[in-house]
Amino acid sequence: MRGATQAKWVMAAAAVALAATACGSGGGGSSSGSASGGGGVVTAFWGDPQTTLEPANVNEVNGGKVLDMIFQGLQEYDAKTGKARLAAAESITTTDAQNYTIKLKSGLKFSDGEPVNAASFVDAWNYGALSTNAQLNSSFFGYIEGYDKVHPDAGKPSAKTMSGLKKVDDLTFTVKLTQKFSTFPDTLGYSAYYPVPAKFFTDHAAWVKNPVGNGTYKITSWTKGQGMSLVPNPEYQGDMKAQNKGVDLKVYTSDETAYQDLVAGNLDVMDQLPATQTNNAQSDLQGRYINQPAGIVQTVSFPLYKKDWNTAQAAKVRQGLSMLIDRPSITKTVLAGTYTPATDWTSPVLGEAGYSKDMLGEFGTYDPAKGKQLIEEGGGIPGGKLTISYNADRGNHKLWVDAVCNTINKALGGGTCVGNPVGTFASFRDQVTSKQMTGLFRTGWQMDYPTVQDFLEPLYTTNGSSNDGKWSNKEFDKLVGEANAETDSAKAVATYQQAEKLLVQEMPVIPLWYQNATAGYGANIGNVQLNPFSVPVYSQITKK
Amino acid sequence: MGRYVLRRLLQMIPVFIGTTLLIFLMVHALGDPIAARFGDKAPDPVVAAQIRAEFNLDKPLWLQYVLYFKGIFTGDFGTAFTGEPVIDLMARSWPVTLKLGLTAFVIEAVVGIALGLVSGLRRGRLTDTVAMAFTLIVISIPVFVLGFTLQYLLGVKWAVIRPTVSYGAPLNELILPGLVLASVSLAYVTRLTRTSVAENLRADYVRTAVAKGLPRRRVVTQHLLRNSLIPVVTFLGTDLGALMGGALVTETIFNIQGVGYNLMQGVRRQESATVVGFVTVLVIVYLVANLLVDLLYAVLDPRIRYA
Repeated sequence: MRGATQAKWVMAAAAVALAATACGSGGGGSSSGSASGGGGVVTAFWGDPQTTLEPANVNEVNGGKVLDMIFQGLQEYDAKTGKARLAAAESITTTDAQNYTIKLKSGLKFSDGEPVNAASFVDAWNYGALSTNAQLNSSFFGYIEGYDKVHPDAGKPSAKTMSGLKKVDDLTFTVKLTQKFSTFPDTLGYSAYYPVPAKFFTDHAAWVKNPVGNGTYKITSWTKGQGMSLVPNPEYQGDMKAQNKGVDLKVYTSDETAYQDLVAGNLDVMDQLPATQTNNAQSDLQGRYINQPAGIVQTVSFPLYKKDWNTAQAAKVRQGLSMLIDRPSITKTVLAGTYTPATDWTSPVLGEAGYSKDMLGEFGTYDPAKGKQLIEEGGGIPGGKLTISYNADRGNHKLWVDAVCNTINKALGGGTCVGNPVGTFASFRDQVTSKQMTGLFRTGWQMDYPTVQDFLEPLYTTNGSSNDGKWSNKEFDKLVGEANAETDSAKAVATYQQAEKLLVQEMPVIPLWYQNATAGYGANIGNVQLNPFSVPVYSQITKK
Repeated sequence: MGRYVLRRLLQMIPVFIGTTLLIFLMVHALGDPIAARFGDKAPDPVVAAQIRAEFNLDKPLWLQYVLYFKGIFTGDFGTAFTGEPVIDLMARSWPVTLKLGLTAFVIEAVVGIALGLVSGLRRGRLTDTVAMAFTLIVISIPVFVLGFTLQYLLGVKWAVIRPTVSYGAPLNELILPGLVLASVSLAYVTRLTRTSVAENLRADYVRTAVAKGLPRRRVVTQHLLRNSLIPVVTFLGTDLGALMGGALVTETIFNIQGVGYNLMQGVRRQESATVVGFVTVLVIVYLVANLLVDLLYAVLDPRIRYA
């Protein structure tokens, strides 16, 4: 039986093969977790967080969703107005916009029963700032005195704690800033400033696996790559008590797939609807659809570190280019109405606290003849050719870059402007931050907290942490400094806007449009709102 | 034959080292992954330097590769940026993809060979024409179009099934994704089998078998089909690897958190540990599948022997 012996060897080889690949399998597929949470539990769209869930380390939406559900900060932002209101803090007071005294409400607890006190905040902030902890959002503590000691620009830190943070008593602590910063209290609702329990330090690995916070919800289970279940936290005493019996966050491989589940009724709430479905969403979901401006502004920046773009006359070229972009028709057709044409460098979510409807003025209106004239007065486009670089791996960047180039080419002649796709977001950002751009490039800003300061200081001051184009203007820096020192908020906003006017004159970055936040929800779901950060306010969602 | 198997297994080692090195270099060529972790913000130099040190990204490339390879031998496939060991990622995604891949493989092999045999035996008649037209249509439709269309019709419009697969990927929910994944290969298997069967139908040994007076059933299964399967087996063997690695599109459409999904996420975040780890296992799957195909030749055709 030749065949039989041959077959035996095949089996033997197969066995070796299985043994070799066995390292890849084992104990993986737990088929638990009912897909559609019944009994008042809301199922919601999610993706795998990209970082650990330490408060100062989360800087993307998936991790942020969880943090906002399981933590209560000193302040929280109203979903409708975007205004900050006190949450864990009883009061935040100052006399000079530089020294702040923060008093906590008494009796607050983490979901494991541990009390929330001044140390919970002071220790968390010191942890977040210390450079050896490698937290992605460390820079948020940069205004606090002593940050340069715990987070020097190079080398090892010379201190473990910031000298500007002092515990006064169990429920009170003081913060001393390195400069006057009148909107500092408004920033304290951001996730980097959340408190952590003692367990965070005593058993860090366990906390990272199963984060414990002081917010509306607590985590009951978290299967990486699949989802997370949250139930209301019985210890929570704030204003945002859960109106449902819990939230099941479900990881989806793509937003298209999640959208199909939403339409089929297997998913209750989905934010960030896929761009390709925005035309259908209204009818597919029979009106259960939200589309509103968000705190995200999309811009294109000039590489002002390149001499060609930084001549005395180049400002006219930059202004002229802004006038060649047909914002209303691109947002309406190419972007399917999920963007709103920009009129300034901030966002409509700020409302009276800094948003302006006519800041850009004539440079925001489509006027090819005038734009072309300005460009010619400014000496024409350097080199005669224009590229707009963008990352091609996500979003609809290719669509609008091509459209923008189209409207520019219409005025300046075909072939003047071309898109320059870069493979991934990672390599695109790498090229931007290492100053390798030669033409225009895509930039965008999602606010950290709803203040006009956040839209201007990090992006356009000389040493701004996200000044990608390296624009520098002493007058602008001075005005922002003055606005930061102003304790009267209306006056502060006016000074910030005065600084913003310099952006109109110099046009280092062309504002394009504000991104809208979109969401859809199921038939038995009620009270879905999006907060200023475009994330659904899960705690207030009701389910029949 | 034992020596042959041993030799083939030894040959896998240089192939294995070469492919991992190539993939390592390719992921590296994409650029520095750290900048993306800060989103639209400029990276904090101190934090960036620490993360680089943590993932060995500050070392010269050859040293990174050596360190990575050293890790593999101690069962350490490195960690993803989330701090999760890559081995855990593999442990939860490989079983899922294996299930999907095998489902597709069974569909493709059984339906494909059956269809091919029938149309090969009835060449030129109506059954054959219909089968050929059907496979031509399947081949010309891209997988994602087929996937989205079936998902929309069956899952959303008629609501016969759930549009997405639930977590853990139960077998009954994998039938539609398996069918979509198998579709193109199924068409190829049908066509290969058909041609091979039609050709061998005129071979001397078949004529002899018929002349001997063997029952038709025995002629077809023992003589005709067995010899006609050799090219089909080659195709199926290499396709097994392709089904595992190429499930990306199908996995994304049907929300299956398998190898393709994790690989895609790894590429997007430029996590070399994740990408190299997953591809390494894929390479092993390809190599082993190829070896099995070569050995199966000998079982199917007694004239082929390995020394």
